[in-house]
Amino acid sequence: MNRIVKMILTLTLLGLISGIALSMVSNYTDPLIEQNQQEALREAVFYVLQPTEDYEERTVDGKVIYESYDESGELVGYSFTASGGGYQGTIELIVGVGTELEEIKGIQILASEETPGLGGKIRGESFKSQFRGLEAGQGIGLVKSEEPERGEIQAITGATISSRAVVDIINKELSRVRSILPEGE
Amino acid sequence: MIKEFVKGIWKENPVFVQVLGMCPTLAVTTSLINGLSMGLATTFVLVSSGLAISALRKLIPDQVRIASFMIIISSSVTVVKLLFEAHIPEISSQLGPYLPLIVTNCIILGRQEAFSSKQPVGKTLLDNLGMGIGFIFALVVLGSVRELFYQGTIGGAQVLGTWYKSMIIMVQPAGAFISLSLLVALFQRLSESE
Repeated sequence: MNRIVKMILTLTLLGLISGIALSMVSNYTDPLIEQNQQEALREAVFYVLQPTEDYEERTVDGKVIYESYDESGELVGYSFTASGGGYQGTIELIVGVGTELEEIKGIQILASEETPGLGGKIRGESFKSQFRGLEAGQGIGLVKSEEPERGEIQAITGATISSRAVVDIINKELSRVRSILPEGE
Repeated sequence: MIKEFVKGIWKENPVFVQVLGMCPTLAVTTSLINGLSMGLATTFVLVSSGLAISALRKLIPDQVRIASFMIIISSSVTVVKLLFEAHIPEISSQLGPYLPLIVTNCIILGRQEAFSSKQPVGKTLLDNLGMGIGFIFALVVLGSVRELFYQGTIGGAQVLGTWYKSMIIMVQPAGAFISLSLLVALFQRLSESE
């Protein structure tokens, strides 16, 4: 009996102490982590839509849209996050589009678990820069070896699935945003 | 006393000799910096939980010792994970799920069961610190080798000329197994000739 009480007491005390310690650490780190995430998103909003001087967050039909303004206060476009399955795990990205919702201004990958050196190259500048000023009125196309034409993206060699995933995620979310945002507002 | 500290670095190196903790060793050593941060995080967990277990060793009943060790180890891992996310978010996202998975690293539970739970605090500190440094050493070497043959850099600095064509296999699992086995063989050769 005595032994059982001792066992229960040990585990209870250990659990209690570690619980208190962890909640203290988490009290300290939570605001910092939150701030890091906000900072990463903020940087991404400025990156995908240039020249953004300031932006406002707006929720339309449950979808968060960032409205970007240039220095004279003119609306330059919208950006929004999108996610979907990649080759390994989920890809989360942010897309910036012009005010007409026809032209993609830029993309940034927020999170991905693609194979380093292959699919991981979707984070690389040479892949992302293809989206700058890309015509997307009819949805983006993907080509493998031939030269990309208007509205098309060249897939990364050896990472067609990851490239296709990025294109599909953008196409899907863009058409959803088109349906909730009245064009040329 | 000094023996307790040195053994983990060379003679009983956790990776090259004991072949423990293979999951993080193979998975995160794609570059020097990733190997180093994983090694540091693991060492922090190893030392802090070792000290707590050694200090409490006479109070913890034998029947619930593994459960108690797990509470201490997982709390310590959570602390590391939160601190990494708060202060070095880039590295934390590079290490991904492997940071919380330090909980399952068998070097840690192995050391606590074999050493910390039986030895005084001072000796435990030396033993765990030595093992941690041995682990960091192994991960840094492996990370450097893989980074070098992947893109000709070590720690981000260009070592091989621009003529070097990147070798993708080195950052993939196959490259991890190939480099690790060659390093273990080299390590054995070096230890024998001593």
